[in-house]
Amino acid sequence: MSTRKLNLKDKYRLLTRDLDWEPSYRDYKEIYPQEEFEGIKITDWSKWEDPFRLTMDSYWKYQAEKEKKLYAIFDAFAQNNGQQNVTDARYVNAIKLFLTGVSPLEYQAHTGFAQVGRQFGGVGARVACQMQSLDELRHVQTQIHAMSHYNKHFDGLQDFHHMHDRVWYLSVPKSFFDDARSAGPFEYAIAIGFAFEYVLTNLLFVPFMSGAAYNGDMATVTFGFSAQSDEARHMTLGLEVIKFLLEQHPDNVPIVQRWINKWFWRGTRMLTLVAMMMDYMLPNRVMSWREAFEVYFEEAGGALFKDLARYGIEMPAYAQTAILEKDHVSHQAWSIFYNYTHAAAFHTWMPEEREMDWLSEKYPDTFDKYYRPRFEHWREMERAGERFYNPTLPMLCQTCQIPMGFTEMSDPTLTSYRQSEYQGERFHFCSDGCKDIFDYEPEKYVQSWLPVHQIYQGNCGGAAMEDVLGEYYRINLGVDNMEFHGSPDEERWNQWHNLQSAQEKLKKAS
Amino acid sequence: MAVSAITDDYTGERLDRVENFNGNQLVYVGWDRHLLFCAPVAFLLPPDLPFSTLLEETIPGAFSLHPEFAQIDWQGVEWLLDDEAFTPDPGKSIAEQGVGHKSIIRFATPGLDGIQGSGS
Repeated sequence: MSTRKLNLKDKYRLLTRDLDWEPSYRDYKEIYPQEEFEGIKITDWSKWEDPFRLTMDSYWKYQAEKEKKLYAIFDAFAQNNGQQNVTDARYVNAIKLFLTGVSPLEYQAHTGFAQVGRQFGGVGARVACQMQSLDELRHVQTQIHAMSHYNKHFDGLQDFHHMHDRVWYLSVPKSFFDDARSAGPFEYAIAIGFAFEYVLTNLLFVPFMSGAAYNGDMATVTFGFSAQSDEARHMTLGLEVIKFLLEQHPDNVPIVQRWINKWFWRGTRMLTLVAMMMDYMLPNRVMSWREAFEVYFEEAGGALFKDLARYGIEMPAYAQTAILEKDHVSHQAWSIFYNYTHAAAFHTWMPEEREMDWLSEKYPDTFDKYYRPRFEHWREMERAGERFYNPTLPMLCQTCQIPMGFTEMSDPTLTSYRQSEYQGERFHFCSDGCKDIFDYEPEKYVQSWLPVHQIYQGNCGGAAMEDVLGEYYRINLGVDNMEFHGSPDEERWNQWHNLQSAQEKLKKAS
Repeated sequence: MAVSAITDDYTGERLDRVENFNGNQLVYVGWDRHLLFCAPVAFLLPPDLPFSTLLEETIPGAFSLHPEFAQIDWQGVEWLLDDEAFTPDPGKSIAEQGVGHKSIIRFATPGLDGIQGSGS
């Protein structure tokens, strides 16, 4: 028997599009029951252009090669005690936030793409979603493996998936993805494929991966490189989704615009966590959040939306608000976590003097005026042995679930309050963007599982905060939480490097 | 606008109905221009709580860590209840004067503008 080697084009056709068939004894709508209810009109799936040509066999081969290299570096990192070579122990708190907040989203993206891929009548879209679903599964696995080494030497990493489902600040990323996954397949594709993977992804991955590179974290950097080619594929899928929907039918345009508005806003709110990570949690800073936002959203996103204008698509509503907020959100988010770090599974701290100076330089219009006095006051309280912790649970936004720490851009000293009434009950929001999202689909967001309200209803392990934090969240109290200075993390780090702790220094100085 | 859903009659259960709070209600309190407290705070309070208790116990418990708290002239405080100007009656309960489930009580302290006037 002679074997004939297929050329790539034929192989791709046979292994993807040719696997499809026309249903003959079942109705199309019965097979793809979710294709119409969102109002999206698809007239011709064959117009879908495959954003990348990759067959399953080459996918496995390619990914296996990357994994081999990746795990060799993880081994080397572990054998060389790589955890001792990061800039300082504060850095690892960024890793804790990533593992508890972001890695479980990779898993959500895995199940999400598997689920929506099943719902698309077009085979090209189905295959692309299948590939992305597998990528996301690989990402969550490799991230866990990269960070598991830190779990041996630092606190707060031991129960990341349990925490993701329960801890108050992790309800922010969790509810973001729950919202997307409980939407229809096309909204999910726009929310995650376009708004998140295309418009905002650089604001998530570049800061974390460059942050790792700048702070001696080889394991995480290597994961980043390994994921990079996948991310490029995800971006092309996101772009194809939006172009395809907009070209299929003019009635799709207003629906897609509304999704862009919604998911841009939800995305920027969630990226507040990244903003504070960049400006506060990296001992060696890469760039400020403000600079990253200017490069990756204002410049790159601006060019993208110029391209999309020919379809009638405009910049996301509230893009202007987000642009004004770039001078504030990282400081406001760090304030929130500084207030409530006794209820968090990572540590916070006040910036050192040179770090405050860096913030003053990077935020000339806002840092000295609004934030530096607050931070210096907190630093003085800590020096006096009275480190500030907020004794009362915060009010949360019904939509993004972040404590109401954002302020009016017309007067940044005033909390931004927005309110709606639905079925006789008041609902509260941090912004016009979050209020709009609620007002359009109140049936959905009245179901928000707001951690503060759930604690008060008695659904989180009891009335005493120790029970909520220790039993229900599984935070090791006095170990995983509280101020960085004086933490077991800091103590171990100082032992490895024969350093004095800040407390010892203070004792000597006074 | 109704939510797009795969069922025609989709409705969502309100998770924070007042009945879910065991006879209590949620009340939010914010001190304007004092962002040392990063966000307004949420209390679980009985509706028959006298406003005087809110003033003498609840609010100090939440905000007294601020160095300006002791300087507040309570006669000059400007109150907002759900965005409307409001003059609390310390002798009456919160429910009697319109503080409902998930109401927001804001108080402004003219002349006290936070740490070094920064709104903190």
